[in-house]
Formats: sequence, C-alpha cells, structure tokens
Amino acid sequence: MSLFSSANKEVLTGPLNLNNPVVTQVLGICSALAVTSQLEPAIVMGLSVTVITAFANVIISLLRNTVPNRIRIIVQLVVVATLVTIVSQVLKAFAYDVSVQLSVYVGLIITNCILMGRLEAFAMMNGPWESFLDGVGSGLGYAWILVAVGFVRELLGSASLLGYEIPFLSDCAFFHNGMMTMPAMALIILGCVIWAHRAINKE
Amino acid sequence: MKLNTNSNVYTIVYASVMVVIVAFCLAFISDLLRPIQEANVANDKRSQILAALNIRDVEDVQAAYDRVLVKDMVVAADGRVLTERGGFEVESKAIQAKDDSEKRLPVYVCAVEQDTLYVVPLYGRGLWGGLWGYLALKNDFRTVYGAYMSHESETAGLGARITERGFQELFVGKQAFADSTFQTVTLGVKKKVENPAAEVDAITGATLTSNGVDEMFKTSLAPYQKFFIANQD
Repeated sequence: MSLFSSANKEVLTGPLNLNNPVVTQVLGICSALAVTSQLEPAIVMGLSVTVITAFANVIISLLRNTVPNRIRIIVQLVVVATLVTIVSQVLKAFAYDVSVQLSVYVGLIITNCILMGRLEAFAMMNGPWESFLDGVGSGLGYAWILVAVGFVRELLGSASLLGYEIPFLSDCAFFHNGMMTMPAMALIILGCVIWAHRAINKE
Repeated sequence: MKLNTNSNVYTIVYASVMVVIVAFCLAFISDLLRPIQEANVANDKRSQILAALNIRDVEDVQAAYDRVLVKDMVVAADGRVLTERGGFEVESKAIQAKDDSEKRLPVYVCAVEQDTLYVVPLYGRGLWGGLWGYLALKNDFRTVYGAYMSHESETAGLGARITERGFQELFVGKQAFADSTFQTVTLGVKKKVENPAAEVDAITGATLTSNGVDEMFKTSLAPYQKFFIANQD
C-alpha cells in the first residue's frame, strides 16, 4: 500500500473542502470568532491546531489497541491537553507577542470539538499514517477558514495585513471599520464563507 | 496472551502510568523553556517602560533600556531609598501591598537626552480585569513626560483603546500633582475636564475603564508622596 494511495489522499484533502470541519461540520466556531481579528494570530492558531490534531491523532492511533474502552475519552483528553500545554509553552518561549494576543485561546484548543471529533471518529479506528494525514487535513481545513476570515477582518478593520499597513488603503476611512474588529462581524463573514462554499458545492 | 483491556486493574494501571509519563514530559518541557519565557516577560516589561519614555517600536529592547536606565531604585512609602538597584525585580504584590510600611516602590531613574526622568509603575482595575502601566515624570516629579498603559481584558474598541498611542500621548505635559506638597494627585481621566492642565477626556463608551485609569493614577502615585518631597530640588 503506497503512502499516498487515493484513499489516503482523500483523507488528507477531504477536510479541506467538502468535509471541512468549520464550514460543513460547523465545529470550532468559538475560537474561529475570537482569534481572527488579525491575520497573524489566525495563522498561528491554525498552525497550532494543525500540529496538535496531527500528533494527537498519531498518538491515539498508536495507543488505540491498548486504551481501556471505559476511559478512552479521558485518555484522548490527556493526550490533547499535554500537546496543547506543550504548544502553549513553546509559543510563550518563541512567539511571545502572538501568545499574548491568543491569550486563553491556546489553552482552549483542548475544548476544540474538531480535535475530540477526529480522535474518536478516526484515530481510534485507523493506523498512525492515515490518522496523521487526517489530522493534518482537518487542521488545515480549520486553518484556511481562519486565515480567510482573518484576512478580510484585518484588511477592512485596520487596513493592514500581518501588521503591515497598506499605504493607499489606510487613508480611506472605510478600511478602519471598527465593526470588523468585533466578533459579531467574524460570525457574519464566516456565514458568508459557508454560503459561498455551499453555493459552489451543490451537494 | 491477550490482555483484557477492560479489566479494572488494567484500567487503573494504564491511567497511572499515563499520568506519570505525562507529568514527567510536561515538567521537563516547562523546565527547558522557562529561562526563555522569563526573558520574554522581562523584555516585554522593559519595552513598556520604554514606551512610557516615548521610546516605542525599538528593535533591540534590551540595548535601548540599558542605554536610558541610570538606576532602578526601590523606595519605601516613608520616602527612604531602600536600594539603588533591583526595582525591576519588585513584584506587583509588593508594590500594591495594603500596609504602607510593607510597600516596595520601584522608581526607574532614566536619562533621555539631557533630561533625568522618573518612571513609576501603575496598577489599577478596569471594567473586566486589571490595568497596569508606567508613568514617566520630569525631574520636578509633577510634569508628565510620557505614559504607557495596558489591560487584561477591557472591551475591544472601547476600553481597550487605552492601549492606543493616541490616547496615551494625551497625558504628555499634564500636571500629575496639584502642588509641591504632592498631597493631591490631579492627573486624571474625566468625562468633563475642568482642569485641562491635569485632566484628559474620558473615552466615550468606556466610562468604567476611564474611571479605572483615573483611579489607577490616584492610588499608584499617592504612595510616592514622601519620596517626591524628599527628593525635589
């Protein structure tokens, strides 16, 4: 069996589009609203979730035959919590500014439904490599929505991208729309993304 | 032999081993990264002190800080200078101690161009959580040279605007105290400014945060009264 057989490719790319955790399964909305007011935290959050889902999936998949059935959710939680703590510590050490911006939301990755959903639904039944691909796919599926929303919000809310001001646009008052920096607009933009996504993919 | 993964003994042993491994892992990582994290926190604090001195967006915070800092004293509420060095390490708990005799108040003496400036820390409460900042005073201890403040969780777009440079620069040149007895802190944030030499307009829609900032100046500056009296020219 090749590493990138068509079944595996489907596992990796499915969550990016048709089976997207945010727009199709509507999971992980809370953090998607909270950290997308600027592009940089959105990217870091997306990557953190990707890393955590991928590795949690691998670990759970390796352990799947040894985990006692009655405490399997607890075991999954412990694995996720450990990885989240590690990521949060690493961010504090190497990306301090971003970790301040993300504040509690890194810790709240533990409660991100995407993680537990993937662990319970996929990693408990599949091998490590497939689980890894599934984790990366789901994480990136989540990340690109975050980045898309963050892009729109930072552009329209503060006329900058990744903290760099855009010279021509920043003179225009429309690009300093305070509403954009508030969570309510994130929900509306997310709604637009879901709308567009469903309009393109009719099924 | 196939293990019975549903037996009680297996479950308990599994859980215990897992917890021990995880605890070891986390302790190891936390130990490994702590020096870097502490350096980051300290650097952040330095950049806040620099912001109070109107030195913002510097690349090398440590170098800029070392360049302007003359000494970081610790003074007591009765005006005595306890140590000439070590103000940077004073914990916020010691600064905010309820009992005056237990207060340890840092004063950062800095030299920017030809001026000697005195930076003091500020602590207060906003609407949702803590506020803090630094205030730089000129050597008459009354005129504000610059201010920096930040918050834990004020409302974005309203109370959170106290972190904006535009708001903080409003304080430049204000009179922090009414007279040279340093009895009354005049520096404030008011809905209706009656004393434009010392007060700044409150932020619309953020009354409680503005009140918090106002209160922060009063409570944070008052303990320095005796030090200021003792050291004025």
